[in-house]
Amino acid sequence: MIPAAFEYSHATSVEEASKLLDKYGEDAKVLAGGHSLIPLMRLRLAQPKALVDINGIKGLENIEVKGSKLHVGALARHVDINNSHVVKDNLPILAEVAGEVGDNQVRNMGTMGGVVAHADAAGDYPTIALMLDAEVVTNKRTIQAKDFFKDLFTTPLAVNEIVTEVVFPVANGPHKYIKFRRRLFDWAIVGAAAQKMNGGWRIGLTNVGPTPVRAKAVEDALHSGAKVEEAAQHASDGLDPSGDLRASPEYKKHLARVLTRRAIEQAG
Amino acid sequence: MAITTMIGAKIHRREDPRLVSGEGHYVDDFTRPHTLHLAVVRSPHAHARVRSIDITQASKAAGVVAIYTHKDFAKVLSGTIPVTPSFVAEKNQIPPHFPIADKEVVYQGEPVAVVLAESKYGAADAASLIDVDYEQLPAVMDLEKALDAKSPKVHSGAADNLGWDLTYIPDDVAVMKEADVVIKQRILQQRLAPTPMEPRGVLAEYSRGDGTLTVWMSSQNPHFVRLFLAGAMGLPETRVRVISPDVGGGFGSKISPYSEDWLVPAAAKLSGRPVKWIETRTESLQTTTHGRGMIFDLEAGVKKDGTLVALKVIQYMDIGAYMGTFSAFQANSCLLSGGAYNWKHIGARTVGVLTNRVPTDPYRGAGRPEATHLCERMIDLLADAIKMDPAAIRRKNFITDFPHTSHFGLIYDSGAYEKALEKALQMAGYEKLRKEQEEGRKKGRYLGIGLSSWIEICGFGPSAGTAPATGGIALVEAAQVRVFPTGSVAVYVGTHSHGQGHDTTFPQIVADTLGVPYDMVELHHGDTAEGPAFGYGTYGSRSLAVGGMAVHKASKKVVDKARKLAAHIFEAAEEDVVFEQGQFYVKGSPDKRKALGEIAFASFGMNLPEGMEQSLEAVAYYDPSNFVFPFGTHIAIVEVDPETGNADLKRYVAVDDCGNIINPMIVDGQVQGGIAQGIAQALYEEVAYDDESGQMKTATLTDYLVPTANEFPMFELDHTITPSPTNELGVKGIGEAGTIAASAAVINAIVDALSPFGIKHIDMPASPDRIWKQIQTARGTSHDGKEARR
Repeated sequence: MIPAAFEYSHATSVEEASKLLDKYGEDAKVLAGGHSLIPLMRLRLAQPKALVDINGIKGLENIEVKGSKLHVGALARHVDINNSHVVKDNLPILAEVAGEVGDNQVRNMGTMGGVVAHADAAGDYPTIALMLDAEVVTNKRTIQAKDFFKDLFTTPLAVNEIVTEVVFPVANGPHKYIKFRRRLFDWAIVGAAAQKMNGGWRIGLTNVGPTPVRAKAVEDALHSGAKVEEAAQHASDGLDPSGDLRASPEYKKHLARVLTRRAIEQAG
Repeated sequence: MAITTMIGAKIHRREDPRLVSGEGHYVDDFTRPHTLHLAVVRSPHAHARVRSIDITQASKAAGVVAIYTHKDFAKVLSGTIPVTPSFVAEKNQIPPHFPIADKEVVYQGEPVAVVLAESKYGAADAASLIDVDYEQLPAVMDLEKALDAKSPKVHSGAADNLGWDLTYIPDDVAVMKEADVVIKQRILQQRLAPTPMEPRGVLAEYSRGDGTLTVWMSSQNPHFVRLFLAGAMGLPETRVRVISPDVGGGFGSKISPYSEDWLVPAAAKLSGRPVKWIETRTESLQTTTHGRGMIFDLEAGVKKDGTLVALKVIQYMDIGAYMGTFSAFQANSCLLSGGAYNWKHIGARTVGVLTNRVPTDPYRGAGRPEATHLCERMIDLLADAIKMDPAAIRRKNFITDFPHTSHFGLIYDSGAYEKALEKALQMAGYEKLRKEQEEGRKKGRYLGIGLSSWIEICGFGPSAGTAPATGGIALVEAAQVRVFPTGSVAVYVGTHSHGQGHDTTFPQIVADTLGVPYDMVELHHGDTAEGPAFGYGTYGSRSLAVGGMAVHKASKKVVDKARKLAAHIFEAAEEDVVFEQGQFYVKGSPDKRKALGEIAFASFGMNLPEGMEQSLEAVAYYDPSNFVFPFGTHIAIVEVDPETGNADLKRYVAVDDCGNIINPMIVDGQVQGGIAQGIAQALYEEVAYDDESGQMKTATLTDYLVPTANEFPMFELDHTITPSPTNELGVKGIGEAGTIAASAAVINAIVDALSPFGIKHIDMPASPDRIWKQIQTARGTSHDGKEARR
């Protein structure tokens, strides 16, 4: 529980942060909320030589609507996303998901950008970002969510590239996120999200593979008029989740089907 | 006794404002000048030979002062970590346990070297630079395979892996044949990690000048640690002072001594500087003793009319790689296996099995939750087999005459088991729940109601029973009461409060006995340099029934002396002096009174009776005449989602009887915490190891699922009061009751909910995954699956 030695620098602008990352190269990590990174460092599973703290960069915490898009700054905290009227009015599923991340302490510190850049398959935002075709904006480019979550903890981000915001479509129709877990503050064993948008359904799954999953087969089945119960059976199509202490692969696939059906049924 | 005002009063815990406002003092809050920080290099393997330890790189690291291995400690430490006889006096083998490994490591986390550095960061960094060359050996992980003659051995060169094999009472086939129905069942008790909020920690300072050793450590049991340390380091007890300050929970895991309790003081002696070690959470999960870890093979018989006939118990206990100091205590599962019921015969055998895991030792309840779990599960299985209501079979078979001598010779002091059951049934609304259950099933809702009518043995304990069990020291308790000249009172005890609220309850007893205001009484504990010569610590729900009685006894000695002095002052005969509400007067002259405080002031003066010495102070050692046997009935109400396998605990009702109650609020707090830990075992917690490598898979609190208040409903609590005839206060114990009762109530409720699927038993933790799988299996084989499948 004692991290290895590391250097620490505090950036006040994205440019400065990027330069610092250039300087340290592969050995550096960006520190935002720190709720994934710091525990890994305390267990010495991560031993970065340097941390670049971006918490002092002004403007990265903004949440605003521009046209039909909801822009969520990389430093927007879960608690702010959860409480934001802008989010509640324009993408209520995101506000609800934010309220289900961790506990109060995690929500007070953890950030949108941190969760997305960390690309943990058990993270909740990546599922929403992927199924809604969100865009991940960095200091260098804009990356489509479908191209961003490449593998477990793996993204196309370059060494000196920093996520600055995530841009979601506005969607305030029927929606539901069901996060199945043992304890209130746990990661999802499996999560299922349903969002009615542009007349169709978007379905996303959390923690059923190395990346978030968009359940296209379910969406298509619904589109072609299948009953919810039948369509939800497709939620496990193509899934190959790994087992862990809490759930076997078969159980995760089963949960994906059950939770998908319930999410669509309960979407309001 | 003076007028009873404080005993039974529902007053707030005196220690709380200090503790909840950050004013507590835990081991890590203490420091000494020039303290070095110690990090332990631990085996990553469950079983390996240590070929060599290369400290070259680590020695050169910044801030490193010393690195010690077995050969260094062998110079200053002698003997091995002690193992008591407990309930198994004759053991097959006790592997010698030196605090640090030499040529062989036998569990993941066993110490192989320590680093002393100027900072804890420096110590941790250097520890990672020590290069230990291991040759991996096969790890013994399975209890049954371990007993096979061909099994690899936990300790190379040992003849077998058997720790003990003791039959308390042989089974009686003839009696079992009298039963109309006989049920066999295997029940697993998973390993649990005690996870106190404050992990272990030791700070030691050795003074070369006068050869004294002072140790601050997080312990439930400082006097025993002093005894053991003095022996291991060759010091008289007068030169060893152990201070256990505020302790953030123990749950049994801070009773026995640990490797670090030897290594840190020895490192202080070797280095000549104070040394501190604070356990990390991963170290706590990996190396602090675990609880449970048992397999029970059971057989029980019943007559068609519900009369219990016979019970046969075989307990296989996973001892771990070394025998814990009190590990055999957990064989009490056998002794309590009959629970609250009359059985014609009980046969019981305990088998202790060595494995390449961290040792098991007492954890809240320590054998008694396992006894309740096995008994209450078998009762439900028998009830199901003869189609009898679970409440009715309990009612029919309860022990009703007290004192009751059990098959094992234990004498249950008092009980009113049916009274507690009826109260709990009433609180739960049992009949209505059964109707709701029936209605719910028609709609595909699976409600379950689980009963647990528990008993326990606590208040350890009478010298006749405990001196043989510890290897010589009777688990009596000591207290010293000192009255200062102006009437304030200091009380020194040998128990240790780390969540039990003694700072509140013991002064409540003293205030009543001496008739002084509660606020004038203060409790001191945890420092072996203060108070009586020996203290016996806090565990096994013993503090009130033994320690509280010692406090009571010492207080009465003070009153006796004060009465003599009052008689002298009043110029009256002692027998004519009345002591009432803290005041003395002569029979017939109640207007002329002297308060105890006035007598206290006079006791330091010159006008004393012939032969009386100054002061009002007394030491008492209390040796109870028997153990005490609390009891009660808990009822869990769950709803199982058959699709996800999730068991939702909807309500939890508990009626407990711990005899007379000193402070109802503290009793409720103890019960709530205990229930939470019992539910934790039923639904959440399990220490998991890889079966092949012996690597722990639950070494962080992300993976080891300690539930929080979020996961529980509000517990509905009440009591019945059946005073104990064993002691003058009529008290029993309540610290472990909740844990002893809860796992059986929850699992019985889940099995009850799943009965339409034909499911008869489920092991713990009853996770959604496990429940779902069991439903799947049952659906595949169940004959009446039609209704169940809806």
